[in-house]
Amino acid sequence: MTTQEHKDESALLVFGCPEVPVQAAIGLYLAGRLAEDGYDVLCAGNPSVLALLRVSDWRRQYIGRTIDLDRCIGEVAEKKRNAALCVVFAHNDAGISYAATMRYLLPGARLVVIVFGRNAEELAAGIEFPCEKVVEKAVHNPGRLKKGIDEVFGWRASTS
Amino acid sequence: MACIDELNPEVLLRGASFAECRAMVEKRCREVYYVDPGYAIFDTHIIGVPPIAVGVEDTFIILPYTKPCYGTFLIRVPGGEEIERLRRKGRRRP
Repeated sequence: MTTQEHKDESALLVFGCPEVPVQAAIGLYLAGRLAEDGYDVLCAGNPSVLALLRVSDWRRQYIGRTIDLDRCIGEVAEKKRNAALCVVFAHNDAGISYAATMRYLLPGARLVVIVFGRNAEELAAGIEFPCEKVVEKAVHNPGRLKKGIDEVFGWRASTS
Repeated sequence: MACIDELNPEVLLRGASFAECRAMVEKRCREVYYVDPGYAIFDTHIIGVPPIAVGVEDTFIILPYTKPCYGTFLIRVPGGEEIERLRRKGRRRP
């Protein structure tokens, strides 16, 4: 008799304020690649972020399921929701606060914090909790940020 | 459960860092409790870097309130029953 081990392959993408253009592009890319790798992807964000993603991906080829950010935090805090992988987008102090919160609420998850925008390095220096980081001063052009993400997720060889 | 936005919060700090919020609560309030991220006050789960300082000032609670686009505010709202719950569940030391 063989035993099947249940492997949690849920991925939670936590989006920040959509004012920095690269976030939506990288979010769509990341959601699509993770889904292709077998993850069950859930995108959490405020109404504006989710509208941007839904309009850009009107056939739902990439983003999968979506959830309001406040509701998602509540469900994770109340242990109604879990994730094996959590990716947090941060381009301001609030983003770092969300990342710290996810670190605390999902202690067993792989946490990747994508720090971008004009103050990326300064923001990343303030991260004092365990996580993997991708740091790039990207605002409009997602190219270098994508490279960093590809390295972290082991996709570099297939896309370079 | 009340919504924080409906409690007419007084904004004490706007666009603050989590560290600035913690420092102001510790400086301003004689009664300070420390909670972990995700702790719920009214309908809001607190976001931030632990330990998060929450103050009690008479019948009011002072807490950080984070929104993705606007950053973190330090707000003062009527505490109601949340004050007693905070006294039971919060820690007196970080």
